[in-house]
Amino acid sequence: MTQPNTLTLAAARDALQKGDVTSVELTEACLKAAGEAVALNAYAHMTPDIALERARAADARRGDGAPALNGLPLGIKDLFCTEGVPSQAASRILDGFRPAYESTVTQKLRDAGAVMLGKLNMDEFAMGSSNETSVYGKVVNPWRGEGETAELTPGGSSGGSAAAVAADLCLAATGTDTGGSIRQPAALTGTTGLKPTYGRCSRWGIVAFASSLDQAGPMTKDVRDAAILLQAMAGHDPMDSTSADIPVPDFEAALTGDIRGKVIGIPREYRMDGMPEEIETLWTRGREMLQDAGAEIRDITLPHTKYALPTYYVIAPAEASSNLARYDGVRFGHRASLGQGDGVTEMYEKTRAEGFGDEVKRRVMVGTYVLSAGFYDAYYNRARKVRTLIKRDFETVFADGVDAILTPTTPSAAFALGAMAEADPVQMYLNDVFTVTVNLAGLPGISVPAGTDRKGLPLGLQLIGRPWEEGDLLNTAYALERAAGFVSKPARWW
Amino acid sequence: MSIDTETARKVAKLARIAVPEEELPALAQEFNAILGFVEQLGEVDVDGVEPMTGVTPMRLCRRDDVVTTGGMPDKILSNAPDAREGFFAVPKVVE
Repeated sequence: MTQPNTLTLAAARDALQKGDVTSVELTEACLKAAGEAVALNAYAHMTPDIALERARAADARRGDGAPALNGLPLGIKDLFCTEGVPSQAASRILDGFRPAYESTVTQKLRDAGAVMLGKLNMDEFAMGSSNETSVYGKVVNPWRGEGETAELTPGGSSGGSAAAVAADLCLAATGTDTGGSIRQPAALTGTTGLKPTYGRCSRWGIVAFASSLDQAGPMTKDVRDAAILLQAMAGHDPMDSTSADIPVPDFEAALTGDIRGKVIGIPREYRMDGMPEEIETLWTRGREMLQDAGAEIRDITLPHTKYALPTYYVIAPAEASSNLARYDGVRFGHRASLGQGDGVTEMYEKTRAEGFGDEVKRRVMVGTYVLSAGFYDAYYNRARKVRTLIKRDFETVFADGVDAILTPTTPSAAFALGAMAEADPVQMYLNDVFTVTVNLAGLPGISVPAGTDRKGLPLGLQLIGRPWEEGDLLNTAYALERAAGFVSKPARWW
Repeated sequence: MSIDTETARKVAKLARIAVPEEELPALAQEFNAILGFVEQLGEVDVDGVEPMTGVTPMRLCRRDDVVTTGGMPDKILSNAPDAREGFFAVPKVVE
């Protein structure tokens, strides 16, 4: 019999409805798998008591009229505030913080009957692309190169979410994406990750990194599950002033697999110098698969693409420096022990020096610099203007009739943990080169596993959609998924 | 634009992050790598381009100016590193 923890949300939902499995069985299977996967370090805090309590409640309300995710066990990224449960954005500065409230997204999941298994590891404050900046320690990718034992990164910042989904330590997980933090780890772990349109999911109760870019989304085993989980996460919330007050369509119903006549754009600027041949080949294959499914392929241009990463590395640190100003050792989290005569300024400075990791400090200070008097116009305002141009590039191609844009998700497969330790920070930033444009333009984007490299490691293709058209985007992704037929799972070594 | 140790010290101070003196030169170097990378934005013609304020065109919604929540000082203080008599406690601010 199939292990219950290996099921998709859709399969588990059906099995629950038929009575073939109970939520308690699903939950226990996930908890057991997670307990045996300590080597992956995907979970930062397990919540077995809460999980089993909610699973029993779900089993009690089974049947007609049960909510959409009734009894389905999920992992929750540590960035989401969860009532009474540690929520520390993988940072020392939030050590001991137990929110008195629940984020809107996780509340919606609770209301939909989902079971929370625990909090998933991530890069500190979602700043990183390799899950090495976490106070809980690095997450290890369940995938290894064929015949190799080197530990690989699961990507970041939602690396714990991606690893947990890939290794069947949950049925699905929540992630957040500021520059690629859902899509890049999904690509590196052979899973599916969707960043919705900015404003589709409420940001309330999610620890803020860069508020104009942050967006929560589903990380799942396939495209159908992404539709199911997004459905439960999305919707207007008066607590987030940037949350869109527009109807949420039925995403799963959009999955017809019929993409005949759809126009798929291939942006020439995403063909980078030095791009590995395997990525190039995968991209070409993706293009052929969509063509075979009846889509029209069109070469397009997004001329400001090369300026996306530098724009991001002004805007995101600027917003982070403002958002992270709240960590002052007064209202929550860590406070440094003070010396004789230390005043409130020393308290701030010591607390933040002890509480923040190196990458977070670096970004807060870069943000402080680009916002400081004399540099605000040269850096921050200029970056905001370039951002307008980047968004305009997309608006132009969509106005010309393009329905979705196909690109690689990442410039490479999973790399070794520690490989970037000696590199300058910019080298790590280059991981987000294909994903960051989507955040700057506020668009929906999805990564679908579409092949493997010569070592057998998964590679993803990204589809970028029109604003608010996640349904159409998911359907194109569904067609791509069916054509690619990616079914590999990591061989268990942990 | 090159950041020297003195600028790094000033930025750390503005950000309220204590950085030991001996780490300032390395920090300045990292700033230079990052700012060198973003320097290419200078090539872009942004004449007449509006800086983006919101990525999705929407009017921020308003609500009635009334109290909607509150009356939970215990919950508010429950995560404070130092709370006394219903207040957040900090080192002496006023001499």
